[in-house]
Amino acid sequence: MNLNYSAEEQAFREEVRAFLEEKLPEDIAAKVKSYRRLSKGDHQRWQRVLSERGWYATHWPEEYGGAGWTPVQKHIWDEESNRYGAPRTIPFGVNMVAPVIIRFGNQQQKQYYLPRILNGEDWWCQGYSEPGAGSDLASLSTRAVRNGDHYVVNGQKTWTTLGQHANRIFCLVRTDPDARKQEGISFLLIDMNSPGVTVRPIITLDGEHEVNEVFFEDVKVPVENLVGEENKGWTYAKYLLTYERTGLAGIGLARAALNHLKGLASRQQKNGRPLIRDPGFRQRIARVEIDLQAAAMSNLRIIASVEGGGVPGAESSMLKVRGTEIRQQINDLARRALGPYALPFVEEELEAGFEGDYLSDPDAAPVAAQYFNNRKLSIFGGSNEIQKNIVAKMILGL
Amino acid sequence: MDFRLSEEQQMLQDTVARLVRGEYSFAKRLEFSQSEAGFSTGFWQQLAELGLTAVPFGEELGGFGGGGVEVQTVMTELGKGLCLEPWMQSVVLAGGLISQSGDEAQRQRWLPGIADGSLRAAAGLQEPQSFYDLNNVETTARASGDGYCLNGRKSVVIGGHTADLLVVSARTTGDSRDARGLSLFVIEAGTAGLERRTYPTIDGARGCDLLLDNVLLDDGARLGAEGQAADIIHYQAGRAVSALCGEAVGVMEVACERTLEYLKQRKQFGVPIGKFQVLQHRMVDMMSELEQARSMAILAASVADQPATEERQRTLSAAKYVIGRAAQYIAEAGIQSHGGIGMTWEYDFAHYAKRLVMINHQLGDDDYHLERFADLMNTPA
Repeated sequence: MNLNYSAEEQAFREEVRAFLEEKLPEDIAAKVKSYRRLSKGDHQRWQRVLSERGWYATHWPEEYGGAGWTPVQKHIWDEESNRYGAPRTIPFGVNMVAPVIIRFGNQQQKQYYLPRILNGEDWWCQGYSEPGAGSDLASLSTRAVRNGDHYVVNGQKTWTTLGQHANRIFCLVRTDPDARKQEGISFLLIDMNSPGVTVRPIITLDGEHEVNEVFFEDVKVPVENLVGEENKGWTYAKYLLTYERTGLAGIGLARAALNHLKGLASRQQKNGRPLIRDPGFRQRIARVEIDLQAAAMSNLRIIASVEGGGVPGAESSMLKVRGTEIRQQINDLARRALGPYALPFVEEELEAGFEGDYLSDPDAAPVAAQYFNNRKLSIFGGSNEIQKNIVAKMILGL
Repeated sequence: MDFRLSEEQQMLQDTVARLVRGEYSFAKRLEFSQSEAGFSTGFWQQLAELGLTAVPFGEELGGFGGGGVEVQTVMTELGKGLCLEPWMQSVVLAGGLISQSGDEAQRQRWLPGIADGSLRAAAGLQEPQSFYDLNNVETTARASGDGYCLNGRKSVVIGGHTADLLVVSARTTGDSRDARGLSLFVIEAGTAGLERRTYPTIDGARGCDLLLDNVLLDDGARLGAEGQAADIIHYQAGRAVSALCGEAVGVMEVACERTLEYLKQRKQFGVPIGKFQVLQHRMVDMMSELEQARSMAILAASVADQPATEERQRTLSAAKYVIGRAAQYIAEAGIQSHGGIGMTWEYDFAHYAKRLVMINHQLGDDDYHLERFADLMNTPA
């Protein structure tokens, strides 16, 4: 057993740090570190920087313009980019649809879509969940009917994250309504500008517009936008879901959130001293930090086991559950750390460039909203209940 | 032993319940929240006309001397509608402080207005550094002429933004965390040097910070003996804690009802999701937390008007601890059982969840009250 990073890996970490120090725009990092809103432009600006360096598509093979990183390298990137306050990569194009296109798409699709993802021309969103198909995804009912050289799509998708920015959506659609429910599904790439596509915002409990409903009314989709074979979409969907879950543990994000919490707790006062020196609160932080350390180590074990290729299996489900619980606990503590000041919701302070007097701690404004917003962590990407079902079935054989 | 409400209490409950059902639909609540006052002045008027702003006061003020149970009864029904009106702040907390410590002239001057609803009051008892400890006060009250000059900042005064009267604590002597040296003052809206910084709260209500910059008050603005207000503050805060427990029970009841309805109605994998054991057990845990919380709320109500003793203090902290824990659990478990729909603005559940979590941030969260209970806990001699 050797728990050290190799010399090459350490050199890689140095390279990553140097890059982040030089290229990560300060205004963007400041927003990320203080949990302010990022604009579409912020994401695009950072994406261009990454693309220029060849580090945007970390999961892709080099032949398609990917970084071709090993799992350990990806992990180092995750640690460092979160430490420096780089925006998270919006995963739907580069980390979700792209692996499916690379693995199951045809030559034309690869040639057309992959470069457009790399250069930022396309912003993808995910058309999986439907009002009647959440945890039971395979019961989806959005219908695609073949009509000559195109499909006609009718139905509704929901919880479409950042769909308001997207020009493309990858969809699971039902092409054979008579087959067993997993067997009649196809994987379609749809241009959001097609006639008949409507996007409607869903406002979440914190007042944010992050998710959407997407409606399809007689939308014509060329047959060449079908990925792989008709009615084999469920296989591709599952392949994509494992990718989705891999990143969902969010170890790097949890570390950043923990630092943010410690900063808050150092500045808040309780009984005439910093809250972080209050024994009860300090123990609460310590407990979650230890849990995080354990999860980080479990994450490394999974990474090491898939080093050299491959996609982790049901272990990533376990990690998704743990990782999201930890992040929710950190959000809970940050909210607690504010005391009565968790109540005020001063929206102006959420905007970067706010120049007024902060009501309390400059980092306070997003805290309670984020606590509520991050209840989603245990719901999306397959709810934690579904993840546990997967572990029970796949690992335990129950 | 009889846990049932008396006939009068039952009538009070029916009155408030009917009013809330009739006037406080979820859609209207959203409108009230976004209106200029942040609540419904019309609804406040109706509370007043029905005599509900007088509940805890004596007959001479149009009330019937309602105690902990009556106050909780009102709060529970207001909680079911997620009502935004500062009834607790005005009637229970600020009104209670004046009623308990004011002299005859002060009571005559302010209480009739509070009791008939024509005056709204709020209490500023906490400060940026106080973290729920109401003795932790840095606002100063220096002697000045015949009265006082106040300087400092009172934080997160729910309902303070539209209050006609603000009862604030300030220090005449002592160090920032001493119980001794605290005094209470009534500041009328419009007094020079009083600035309010108003903001919405995450749970849809509104509050403000009070910035006191050389606020000059005459001697008649001080409630009770100089420097002796700590006991009064803690006693009334205890009543307010009991009131919040009552509100929380109302909010939790609706949150549990909604979740149970959803489990029965939402289908996945061809069956109502309530058929899945993992969701059944969570729902059972939510209901058990609600019942524990209800029990402790009843206990809190029963001691709210008892003489100030350690036992009373301990019981109130125990209640707020159980309520705080239950409220957060029901909010989080309820959202999880709903899935994404439980997080949307358009569906009322999310708003119940937000109120539940935020009740923890008023007058002490579960951590704070657990610590207080532990400090006061009986131990073998």
